[in-house]
Amino acid sequence: MKRRNFLGLMGAAGVSATLATKAQAGGNVHFEGYPGSRGVLFDATRCIGCRKCEIGCNEVNNLAKPEKPFTDLTVLDTARRTENEAYTVVNKYDQEGGAPVYRKIQCMHCLEPSCASACFVAAFAKQPSGAVTYDESVCVGCRYCMIACPFEIPTYTYDDPITPKVIKCDLCDANIKAGKISVPGCVNSCPKEALVYGEREELLKIARNRIGANPDKYIDHIYGEREVGGTSWLFISGVPFSEIGLREDLGVTSGPELNSGALSVVAMVPALWPLLLAGVYGITRRTDKINTQEKADAVAQAITETQDKANSDMKAAMERARNDKEATVKREVAKALEEAAKAAEEGDVEKEEEGA
Amino acid sequence: MTTETVSKKSLLTPFNVITGLILVMGAALTVWRFGWGIGAVTNLDNNNPWGLWIGFDLLCGVVLAAGGFVTSSAVYLFGMKKHHAAVRPAILTAFLGYLFVVIALQYDLGRPWRLPYPFVVQSGTTSMLFEVGLCVALYLTVLFLEFSPAALEWLGLKRLRNLIHKLTIALTIFGVVLSTLHQSSLGALYIIAPAKLHPLWYSTYLPTFFFISAIAAGLSMVMLEGWLTHKPLHDKMSEEYLAQHDDLYFGFAKGASFVLMGYFFIKVIGIAVDNEWNLLGTGWGQWFLFELLGFVLLPSVLYAIGTREKNLKLIRWTSLLTVLGIILNRLNVSVIAFNWHLPSEMRYVPSWQEIGVTVFVCTMLVVTFKFIATRMPIFYDHPEYKDEH
Amino acid sequence: MEHAFYTLQDFLLYTKGWAYILMGASLVVFVAYWKFLFSRDKD
Repeated sequence: MKRRNFLGLMGAAGVSATLATKAQAGGNVHFEGYPGSRGVLFDATRCIGCRKCEIGCNEVNNLAKPEKPFTDLTVLDTARRTENEAYTVVNKYDQEGGAPVYRKIQCMHCLEPSCASACFVAAFAKQPSGAVTYDESVCVGCRYCMIACPFEIPTYTYDDPITPKVIKCDLCDANIKAGKISVPGCVNSCPKEALVYGEREELLKIARNRIGANPDKYIDHIYGEREVGGTSWLFISGVPFSEIGLREDLGVTSGPELNSGALSVVAMVPALWPLLLAGVYGITRRTDKINTQEKADAVAQAITETQDKANSDMKAAMERARNDKEATVKREVAKALEEAAKAAEEGDVEKEEEGA
Repeated sequence: MTTETVSKKSLLTPFNVITGLILVMGAALTVWRFGWGIGAVTNLDNNNPWGLWIGFDLLCGVVLAAGGFVTSSAVYLFGMKKHHAAVRPAILTAFLGYLFVVIALQYDLGRPWRLPYPFVVQSGTTSMLFEVGLCVALYLTVLFLEFSPAALEWLGLKRLRNLIHKLTIALTIFGVVLSTLHQSSLGALYIIAPAKLHPLWYSTYLPTFFFISAIAAGLSMVMLEGWLTHKPLHDKMSEEYLAQHDDLYFGFAKGASFVLMGYFFIKVIGIAVDNEWNLLGTGWGQWFLFELLGFVLLPSVLYAIGTREKNLKLIRWTSLLTVLGIILNRLNVSVIAFNWHLPSEMRYVPSWQEIGVTVFVCTMLVVTFKFIATRMPIFYDHPEYKDEH
Repeated sequence: MEHAFYTLQDFLLYTKGWAYILMGASLVVFVAYWKFLFSRDKD
């Protein structure tokens, strides 16, 4: 599937939605990988540490020649890893009381690649051929693929300021597709048939047969059959895998599988947080409103009460004033009457005195 | 106005001299990095592709900028309205934090000019980094909009300012969504590397750990910043800001205390569900317990005591302790306990140039913060918009 | 065009693409819908 144009894919999805295939079955989805995809079987009991595979790789991929020639086997005395100039290296593992065992390392071409799961521009892809390829043209250079790779394979051209890129084995996918070669360079140059290139299903059968035919010679395990979800490279060995630098604590869960849990939560966050937060905001605002309303009501009530009281006070005062006034008038009237009566009385007395 | 008063004083203050020297060094390192490549200035190699620039500049930078979404959601959504004066300083810090995270990222990326590629050329939607990138880009925009009213008030662009002001609630909710996503996704970055990160730090709960600790970090950073800016920017602070300041401390300390207690328990649950009790007895286990007890449980308790006793000094120092603890946690996950299985001679130690660039970026952040906070209405309300909240 | 997915990685790449588009859509719709929901309220 060409993924370069994501939006184009989205458009096509509308058409394909009606054409559900088996692989699309929803719910309990399970993927078996590309049918007929190819890989390589490495047999550590056959490897003699001649470094011919390194030469083959170097030539097919036009890499720079190393400082020490490939024929210099003292290089094997120090542990090495993949480098920008070496997509594959062979390491020597000394055994107590026995001949050393050699192990080739390169990209394992995982069935479910962690690098692809980690890449935010989808520069890595598992090809139907079995190769995990890298597209330099979109690479931003974040190096998250190197963090994600459980085998610590990808390298980076740190010293290039303008066009730095990730480097790793592509199982000679480009060369094979271009028709230049039919078998990966390393496999082609192995003189001991320690490497077999073919369909992964076939390789598993070959590996099982070898182990079954020589149960004393081999450890009863095919490394890469299930490790990190399975790899296109498969290893069989006469000594425990951890003794030849292959980690046995990687588990059987693939990178995409590890990621899928966290990824599925992502979609729920923007869907559910706004509902919750809008709810909280709504409640806060409503509480505020109710509080404000209650406050306003309380104030209004207080004002009314005060006013009523003021009114009644006023009324009472008026009443009192009127009463007072009436009383005063009455009193005044009474006083006047009294005075008049008094005056009349006095007049009578005078008259009486005058008349006497 | 303010520029004049600044320029009248002598420019040769110790602060300015040191800042100047760092900026000159940073400029030189920048030329070195982009002229000669990442390899010329860093100790990064094929085994250790991520170093200080991711571990500190990105992971710590983002988590310490969590104060923005924590404060704005507390004030605008959760009804802590009386603390609205704390929002602008927090938003400004968050905005500058994210801005300089993105700037620092340019040094670490092999081809930084391709940074928009995940969104315009080809989207790697399965990547946790895609999620981080998308959310950081969007959140930077949200923070810019949240911060812009301060700049627009300063520039006197009233209509635009009022238009953006109306979006406050929507922006705040967006901010919480985006922060939740990328804070947790930074932890989720490491879910794909169980073979490399020490099992005590590795957990499928990593996203939750990162998010919950980000809340504690955000609350603590607001308090720490309030403390650090108090003296140098005191004359820029409104009476309202200063008046509610102590109250804010007690509120935020309570929040941080409780969040840290929750964080402590989910970390312990992480150990329980993976059955890693036996690892606690190892050297790595002691280092883990040092982080968990000394920088999670202890600050939680200290915050609680500080707010019960109304002890401002204790709360301030605890905020520093919490922030250091979060930094320690992020460095543990990204650098110290990462690649723990490698022999010591293959382990990563940052080069002086990497540290230099980090110091340079932090200095630029401080200078920018100072420039903006002394000019724009950050710690005080613009007189024209005083009663609007 | 028919999509047969052979790896979990390709399946996730495809489905998460849709998930992201729908996440964006949900945020836009939520804002508009909130406005619609409260547009008859007086304040």
